[in-house]
Amino acid sequence: MDILKVKNLRKTYHTKNNEILAVENFSFNLKKGEFVAIVGPSGCGKSTILSILCGLDQASSGKIEMDKNLKFGYMLQGDNLFDWRNIYKNCLIGLELENKLTKENLNYVNNLLDTYGLKDFKKAYPNNLSGGMRQRVSLIRTLATKPDILFLDEPFSALDYQTRLAVSDDVYKIIKQEKKSAIMVTHDLSEAISMADRVIVMSARPSTIKNIYEIKLTGKSTPIQNRKAKEFAYYYDKIWKDIDYHV
Amino acid sequence: MYSEEHKNYLKKIKRNKFLIRFTQLLIIFLIIFLWQFAANQNLINTFISSSPKAIINTIINLYKDETLFHHIWITFYEVIISFLIATIGGTIIATILWRFKFLSKVIDPYLTILNSLPKVSLGPIIIILAGASTKSIIIMALFISIIITIINVEQAFTSTDKNKIRLLKSFKAKPYQIFFKLILPSNYANLINVCKVNIGLVFIGVIMGEFLVSKAGVGYLIMYGSQVFNLNLVMTGIILLSIMASLMYYIIVFVEKRLQK
Repeated sequence: MDILKVKNLRKTYHTKNNEILAVENFSFNLKKGEFVAIVGPSGCGKSTILSILCGLDQASSGKIEMDKNLKFGYMLQGDNLFDWRNIYKNCLIGLELENKLTKENLNYVNNLLDTYGLKDFKKAYPNNLSGGMRQRVSLIRTLATKPDILFLDEPFSALDYQTRLAVSDDVYKIIKQEKKSAIMVTHDLSEAISMADRVIVMSARPSTIKNIYEIKLTGKSTPIQNRKAKEFAYYYDKIWKDIDYHV
Repeated sequence: MYSEEHKNYLKKIKRNKFLIRFTQLLIIFLIIFLWQFAANQNLINTFISSSPKAIINTIINLYKDETLFHHIWITFYEVIISFLIATIGGTIIATILWRFKFLSKVIDPYLTILNSLPKVSLGPIIIILAGASTKSIIIMALFISIIITIINVEQAFTSTDKNKIRLLKSFKAKPYQIFFKLILPSNYANLINVCKVNIGLVFIGVIMGEFLVSKAGVGYLIMYGSQVFNLNLVMTGIILLSIMASLMYYIIVFVEKRLQK
């Protein structure tokens, strides 16, 4: 079942000197529970698409069809935790802003924190946590408002390589366990292939969809395991050629 | 328990701290001593340069006249009032400018002009408008401190992490929520710094105001002293001022440490 339909999305940026066509002809449908990754050369407007979808930016033209009650959760680059709030309070910020600090919601947040290994850190401050844990807090903060779709905008790019692998595994498991749909923007091809059900490859600016790959891996499980699948290299090669990097 | 090496390390830190304090005290005592010594030996003209003993005597006399604390209180009162209005008012105006970018851009050149204008030049106008009273002194101090407060606080507010603002906006936060949940708490350190700068500026403003119009206050003591060529009184005023200013500064540092806990 499609919960989100995007048709012919187009976005132009205006500056004093000229206008830049960032995204053109972008159409795709998101199925419930699906994990979609968008990859493309840097500056191709991948993040723009997410901003438009969650209402932070306006499209120049195009149609976005979805259920009115659909809720979004947006996870940006870096964890953006507030240093002056403890972990628990950080997770509540979304609920506070939406005035939904009900007992039920607080229990939900507490459960998330307990389930995902942050039980003993509720009173701790972000400075005392490792990068991976901070990222997990950031995800729980997003999940706290019970979104139906998660938008992940290069969520791991601030982390070092090892942490990144571990955290993407972590985040993937949580998203699947909570049965959320997700759209992730990334420039890391292996991250996209190992996590997503579908990978959308964008061209350079003006950005259009170059190819969409249904990722079918034998023995598909967690992102780290997926990297060992025999089809992994095949997809990597294909997407790499699509993107056509030039130095 | 700590290892021997760590104990030595801690000892070293302690000793270093003690040495710094000791040297600081030594310098001030040395200055006082040399000053008094030179005065006793007639190496300096005490009529112009005064002496520690004369300053202490002046303070005691002022105390006996029951005017010492009166003068200190007047200046203190003017400083506190101006400081509070400048800091709180400046922050409120900066908040309005942060919220309404259009207004901020319109007002920008005027703020710049007011900021670079030597505020003493406004003295006569202020006196004519507000009268020769405490009011003029406070307005003077306000002019000196509030403009720079507005500029600094607005600058701090607008340079708040854009990603964090986006995050709150993704939760559909309203501007006032962004302000109270993010802008204000993330700028505590900046606001404290503004306070520290303001204390100095407000003192300048108040003393300048007291030089122009006043019937009491430490600035008045200095002005009066210079007019009757009583340099003991002038020096006393300066000493009182430096004690008051550093006291205020340390109060803010104390508050800062409290907030950090």
